Amino acid sequence: MKGTTIVEKQIVQTHQKKKAAAGSGAKQKILAFASLIVLIVVFSLSSSNFFVFDNLVGIMLSTAVIGVLALGSTFVIITGGIDLSVGTVMTFSSVMAGVIINFWHVSLPLGVIGGILAGALCGLTSGLMVAKMKIPPFIATLAMMMITKGLSLVISGTKPIYFNDYPNFAKISMGKLIPGIPNAILIFLGLGVIASIILTKTLIGRYTFALGSNEEATRLSGVNTVRWKIVIYTMTGVFSGIAGILMASRLNSAQPALGSGYELDAIAAVVIGGTSLSGGAGSILGTVIGALIMSVLTNGLRILSVAPEWQTVIVGFVIILAVYADILRRRKR
Amino acid sequence: MKRKQWFILLAMMLSLTTVLGACSSGDKGDGKTYIPVISKGFQHQFWQAVKSGAEKAAKEFDVNITFEGPETESQVDKQIEMLQTALDKKPSAIAFAALDSKAALPLLEKAKANNIPVIGFDSGVDSDIPVATAATDNVKAAALAADKMAEIIGGSGEVALIVHDQTSRTGIDRRDGFKNQIESKYPDIKIVDIQYGGGDQLKSTDLAKAIMQAHPNLKGFFGANEGSAIGVVNAVNELKKNGQITIIGYDSGKQQTDAVRSGTMAGAITQDPIGIGYWSVKAAVMAIKGEAVDKNIDTGFHWYDKNNIDSDEIKPLLYD
Repeated sequence: MKGTTIVEKQIVQTHQKKKAAAGSGAKQKILAFASLIVLIVVFSLSSSNFFVFDNLVGIMLSTAVIGVLALGSTFVIITGGIDLSVGTVMTFSSVMAGVIINFWHVSLPLGVIGGILAGALCGLTSGLMVAKMKIPPFIATLAMMMITKGLSLVISGTKPIYFNDYPNFAKISMGKLIPGIPNAILIFLGLGVIASIILTKTLIGRYTFALGSNEEATRLSGVNTVRWKIVIYTMTGVFSGIAGILMASRLNSAQPALGSGYELDAIAAVVIGGTSLSGGAGSILGTVIGALIMSVLTNGLRILSVAPEWQTVIVGFVIILAVYADILRRRKR
Repeated sequence: MKRKQWFILLAMMLSLTTVLGACSSGDKGDGKTYIPVISKGFQHQFWQAVKSGAEKAAKEFDVNITFEGPETESQVDKQIEMLQTALDKKPSAIAFAALDSKAALPLLEKAKANNIPVIGFDSGVDSDIPVATAATDNVKAAALAADKMAEIIGGSGEVALIVHDQTSRTGIDRRDGFKNQIESKYPDIKIVDIQYGGGDQLKSTDLAKAIMQAHPNLKGFFGANEGSAIGVVNAVNELKKNGQITIIGYDSGKQQTDAVRSGTMAGAITQDPIGIGYWSVKAAVMAIKGEAVDKNIDTGFHWYDKNNIDSDEIKPLLYD
């Protein structure tokens, strides 16, 4: 490497890292998928009530909200950042949709769009704080989490907003385009496909990985890293906004006090799915599987009537196992 | 340039604090009696109803109150801080709904030493410091829910519970009140599962669905607070088991009263949240004046269902 400039070195490193990331990502996906299958088999054998159509639909439905949050989180985490505000931005979006639809009596579709835009606006603000003001993502999104949490309560007057006058709103999540399967599941899976295409086939996706692998090299090679970071955080906000609509639709109400702690479930799903918290590696399929593992685990443990305090302990251990397996494989290289 | 940015930042912070200062109402200063009311929360509709009761009493007796509480019922530490701050303001009396009465004991003793009367509300404090406690007897109320459950499902079958948490006083009292009544009076009814959803509607919905999957013969479901009860209603609706499972709830709120009206929920226990708030302040005023106050003010509870939901007795107790 004698004689090469720092820039060239870094770009070479970026490429090497990227290749490694792609390889281990695939393995992690297989491992995560295998654990999911094992969990399903174990629970099916333990209880005859687990592998039943209604329960499987229930599992998918309970994955939808956290799953959509996790899809959005995947992008920022791959850039090496973090978004702690996804849960409360979700709540903020649902409250905004409630305000637009129920207080201002603007049409339902515009309310839905408005709610999602509110999420995008929060993401945009976080992005500006991170990229322009150079506030560390952890701090910027922590602040955003508090701001949206408070604003949701202020705007709603600490009261839930009900959508009873708009029966079509509940159909967004609970209507059934395909008999037996609530729309929320289809929306979650559809968004998964879209997110996967964005991450693997578009410029946004390519820069998401590049930022996480080596931000400085990416910047030096002429990429406007500030702009792309803002784009990525805004996109995460859009996903939170959609999750907000899904949640409000399922509960037929915008609950201003919900949402705290959801960001941690989302991050756990992303990490179990093999996305590295240090950035540069990860996949959408992994995140979807990670989210499913979380909900299969909680559902199965509930069906077996495991004491709730132990359920939490077990989920904690699963996260350690998943991440440690990932680290072991990386070390082998 | 650098200095200019500093000035802008400083100016922004100054203006922010001024605006916030102007927004907050003065606690004191007009010479009126000041009674801080420290509740267990402020976000739930239940606490908003308690607050309106407290404000009603404040108006009636011409005293100043502040009403605050932590975000969730597990934040014992935050509540203790609020109690500490309230005591530092040297109030005339204090109304306090303890999340953990033992944790608050040192501060309550300090209040007693400073001759500040303490009124407990919502749940009792395990000490003789409070001059009075305005609360619902949650054990008895949950036992009534158990009796109603037994009556409706015909004295036998499987039932399950979703409770908000297993550490708070109300959670424990309602769970045990229901459980002990069933176990001692109705041997043919079996409690198959008790789970905790933190009062989170979404989580309680998924929990209730899992329980219904695990116990296909379930005949009855008790949700021990508003969020838990609505979770059960959602679950029954989603699994289309309306009419097959008897749901009994707790407190009110629009979704719960709607479910009672539509028949999805058989009925629910309502406390008197406005009465709890009203009595906490009224008892404080009486204590300040040195009047005799009942040690235990039972604010009561009632069963409501489709038939009496709009009656004069029940209607004022329900909140939306």
